[in-house]
Amino acid sequence: MTNATTSAPLQLKGFGKPGSRPDILVVSVICVLGLLWAISAAAFSHDLGMSVLAYIFAGAFALGIFAISFAGSKGLLANDDSKYMDGVLKAGVIASTFWGVVGMLVGVIIASQLAFPEFLYFKELGFLNFGRLRPIHTSGVIFAFGGNVLISTSFYVVQRTCRTRMFGGLLPWFVFWGYNLVIVTAATGYLFGVTGGQEYAEPNWVVDLWLTIVWVAYLVVFLGTLWKRKEPHIYVANWFYLAFIITIAILHLVNNAAVPASPWSSKAYSAFAGVQNAMTQWWYGHNAVGFFLTAGFLGIMYYFVPKRAERPVYSYQLSIIHFWALIFTYMWAGPHHLHYTALPQWVQTLGMTFSIILWMPSWGGMINGLMTLSGAWDKLRTDPVLRMLVASVAFYGMSTFEGPAMSIRAVNALSHYTDWTVGHVHSGALGWVGMVSFGALYCMTPWLWRRERLYSMKLVETHFWLATIGILFYITAMWVSGIMQGLMWRAYNEYGFLQYSFVETVKAMKPYYIIRALGGLLFTAGAAVMAYNLWRTAKGDISVKEPLAKAQVA
Amino acid sequence: MNLIKNHGIFEKNSWILGLGIVGAVIWGGLVQIAPLFFIESTIEKVDGVRPYTPLELIGRNVYVREGCYTCHSQMVRSLRDEVERYGHYSLAAESMYDRPFQWGSKRTGPDLARVGGKYSDGWQVQHLTNPRSVVPESVMPPYEFLKGKVIDAKYIADDLKANKLLGVPYTDKDIANAQADVAAQAAAPDTDGADLNSRYGGKVNVRDFDGNAKEVTEMDALVAYLQVLGTMVDFKTYEPKKAENLR
Repeated sequence: MTNATTSAPLQLKGFGKPGSRPDILVVSVICVLGLLWAISAAAFSHDLGMSVLAYIFAGAFALGIFAISFAGSKGLLANDDSKYMDGVLKAGVIASTFWGVVGMLVGVIIASQLAFPEFLYFKELGFLNFGRLRPIHTSGVIFAFGGNVLISTSFYVVQRTCRTRMFGGLLPWFVFWGYNLVIVTAATGYLFGVTGGQEYAEPNWVVDLWLTIVWVAYLVVFLGTLWKRKEPHIYVANWFYLAFIITIAILHLVNNAAVPASPWSSKAYSAFAGVQNAMTQWWYGHNAVGFFLTAGFLGIMYYFVPKRAERPVYSYQLSIIHFWALIFTYMWAGPHHLHYTALPQWVQTLGMTFSIILWMPSWGGMINGLMTLSGAWDKLRTDPVLRMLVASVAFYGMSTFEGPAMSIRAVNALSHYTDWTVGHVHSGALGWVGMVSFGALYCMTPWLWRRERLYSMKLVETHFWLATIGILFYITAMWVSGIMQGLMWRAYNEYGFLQYSFVETVKAMKPYYIIRALGGLLFTAGAAVMAYNLWRTAKGDISVKEPLAKAQVA
Repeated sequence: MNLIKNHGIFEKNSWILGLGIVGAVIWGGLVQIAPLFFIESTIEKVDGVRPYTPLELIGRNVYVREGCYTCHSQMVRSLRDEVERYGHYSLAAESMYDRPFQWGSKRTGPDLARVGGKYSDGWQVQHLTNPRSVVPESVMPPYEFLKGKVIDAKYIADDLKANKLLGVPYTDKDIANAQADVAAQAAAPDTDGADLNSRYGGKVNVRDFDGNAKEVTEMDALVAYLQVLGTMVDFKTYEPKKAENLR
């Protein structure tokens, strides 16, 4: 291919003249303006948190400007529209694996802190206290691991199913690095006590604004790729990805609306207070589950399960019905986090009703995923990657059954505020999100690095069992501790007094917290085994113990 | 099949698909969130709830910063055992100036909605310094470092202004005196707690909270915040069965 064609223009009419590269201009302008802002913020900062954020942003934007000019001078910014853009996907696979292991490791640390309360606590410092590390764990696994998996798989799927290169030239790279800058600034902020103080929406207002810019670019890149598709139909996986991108944008903008104390202060006050804030937060929080952790990952299921099983999606009609039903219904389910609180009861009842209805569209997705294996069930015996994908769908079915049950007011009276909720979240997060992500990473790595197969299928098998046993330890420990603590809180003695003081119920948790930490450790060890396996695969190694003929060809 | 034929319009036009998605997802929020701003009974009419004093607001920001909400709720549910364990169930009015709200979702430790006045300042300081020295089975992290963090309230008026912009009824005088109020509430030498107290309703806890009269520290602020939690509403004048309070 000659140089003339490699610098092909963006393929959209009206978006730049032939040969011009508005994408490079846009990204460069963002970096320059960002650098100017960051330098001013570092100079005028009112608090340590703002200074730390400003320095990280300044460094990142300076690196961005340097990278663009360096790559430009070497001719590396050429955009060959005849090929898929795979470099950013490889970066996404690496980032996903890295953040996965880190985020899970922080989870093991904070789980250990609850079992052994002197673990990594320094009384003179607050950095490693549970309250600051917990958002690093939740953001680390949801937004860093999950987010990178979603960005890289969505880029993979949208290119393949539209049979066209990513739209936007440099923009997909901007989305990748910009998003990971969100992760780094958010996590560093938490360490320094910079937080919005709303669960799963903890990044502070500056990081929120930056995420908004990155997310708009993500939407543009994704929609742009759909526009230039060479297939008449938009494939079902892309409906889910698009719903995820659009809805997360809406949720993010509303729930994070806030007024900073000053442009140079890291502290902002939420636009909503008290009961209204509780409602926006759980509308956001439950749909972070519904759209980030469900819709996006259903997109993964709809591409990777059929691809790996080499079978078509089971039912086309079912996918249409459950898609629209799922995205409509999910948005009503938030108030089940607020049963018996000061939220007006009519809202609680609405939330509960829709949460129960939600069981059906959720299982529609599960059935469609599982039944896709019709005629290929034998592959579960021979292909541990497919087994991982199928196990994830089974866990999805399990936690989307448990969820509606827990949303019933009477059940929630017992389960709320206890470890039962934590166990429920993890059966979804480890079982569904984790396993489906691992499956997708095991598929994508050999495909992207053009390797014949994974380094070792035995290690995938090891990972599968480490993960499965880890999840079972985790969720059974949390069922027992959660239900036990819920019952102890409401237990009365023969004289009609509360039977247990609060701290007696804390003491009773100890053995289960140890089992939970152990389960998390097993799950994390599995992810580390995957990291090793993917690294060897990318290098081009093949385990000598597994002859090619016997192993499953990826 | 008609469904498949008609659904083609979404599958062939990304704009229509995108608009369809927006059209499907907005209803939950419109119906559940928007009315909470217009239906008057959403927040009960009560006596006594006032904005946080500057020192309490700083303490609240420490509470948020340290992620206390990851283990402590501030919402007593209307269940028999909770009311007996913690006190009157929480009212929406009690958190109407809380930005962000801190109702929480997990009780690794007990609910704190009504912790104000339940323990002495000395107990709170000792417990925050070394939780296991007073509650041996506790799994709470230590917060001794708060004692050494002297408050620099140089910018605290900005915080009050931002809250005022959002509708918290701070007066101009409150904002002008914000920095002085911080020292005054912690009973620092040469300060006037009476003026602060009269502006904030007359029931403000004015004293040295952390046992260190020389400096105003984050420990002062956090304890001042904890000691006011759940104590504002005058339940003698609150009638839960009144129609306007039934929600």
